[in-house]
Amino acid sequence: MPRFSIPEQELVYSGHVACPGCGGGLAIRYMLKALGPRTIVSIPACCWAITSGPFPRTALKVPTLDTAFETTGASISGLRAALDALGMKDITVVGYAGDGGTADIGIQALSGMIERNTDAIYFMYDNEAYMNTGIQRSSATPFGAWTTTTPADMDGTWKTEPKKSMMAIVVAHKIPYAATVSIGFPEDFVRKVERAKSIKGSRFIHAFCPCPPGWKYSPENTIKLAKLGVNTNVFPLYEVENGVYKITMKPSKPRPVKEYLGTQGRFKHLTDEMIAQIQERTDKTWNNLLALEGFSKEHPYCGL
Amino acid sequence: MKTYKTYADLPGAPIADVPSQEESTAGWRTTRPVLDPKNCTKCYLCWKYCPDTAISVNDEGWPVIRYEHCKGCGICATECPKECIVMEKEV
Repeated sequence: MPRFSIPEQELVYSGHVACPGCGGGLAIRYMLKALGPRTIVSIPACCWAITSGPFPRTALKVPTLDTAFETTGASISGLRAALDALGMKDITVVGYAGDGGTADIGIQALSGMIERNTDAIYFMYDNEAYMNTGIQRSSATPFGAWTTTTPADMDGTWKTEPKKSMMAIVVAHKIPYAATVSIGFPEDFVRKVERAKSIKGSRFIHAFCPCPPGWKYSPENTIKLAKLGVNTNVFPLYEVENGVYKITMKPSKPRPVKEYLGTQGRFKHLTDEMIAQIQERTDKTWNNLLALEGFSKEHPYCGL
Repeated sequence: MKTYKTYADLPGAPIADVPSQEESTAGWRTTRPVLDPKNCTKCYLCWKYCPDTAISVNDEGWPVIRYEHCKGCGICATECPKECIVMEKEV
């Protein structure tokens, strides 16, 4: 018998219409491997709302609710309430939303859901822009990136604001469990989703999903970039359980961010000066995270 | 006037129930992965990293590429540590 390092069951059908090399496609595949068939997924407007293909096709083997852009948090609250009313306790409810649907449009419903401590998982797959509608800037787009609404090639108006930290926002709600995952590390990914499944209350997962057309790289490099994002500390992997931070992957020798930025067309306009600035910001964020890990042991949720 | 006493009285909603795997995505490919299992160590990285679930594992434990659904992204060829998979141009 073959020995797999992640569950063998497949709950995503082939034949969906995600782009070749899609990071979000791997994220939902790993997520459902960890959650199993007793799951209901709510999907707002995002890449995965259209990835099933034209009606009546479906790409998932579990029940899926297609919902409006801003309602992921509200819809999973409703699903949970309905399941509770029916006495179906063994079903996991999960919202699978993009970064625009989470950090911009859906943040109110998400905040309400965590504040009520709804027993559901909110899964944010982060490809760092509105990729489904044609690469418009979102608040999760990183500093310095080109998008169609921050066209760097015209007059230097690349994105000049830093990426919004969704993890800090959800932890400030005193969420029982929140974690970051990368599709480049499937075992860590599956372990964290399984951990989230075992906890009661609101849970939040932030997944790093490279996007070949949006980030302007060749699709075979999806996994390389997903690993490089972690190994350069651009996207650190950590989890926050009951307010205590734990960094799950500490690169012994972090790679320079130039390696990560240089492989993507969306950063090709960056000067050496700006790359140095990004390196400085990345180091600062990483050092803050190390400090948080120490501080939160004594002061869960950092005294919020 | 119709009244809604329980959820069972609510009007029905359209349900999509045709699996997407009935649709072939082979026509998307410009390059095709070709697997030579000679050096394969059965690490299953290709199976693990396929975004289209287009690589399955047969009864003897060998990875098999299902060309009907492979989009030719090339992740399997890039990630194979033994370089068992090469991308060949579709003709």
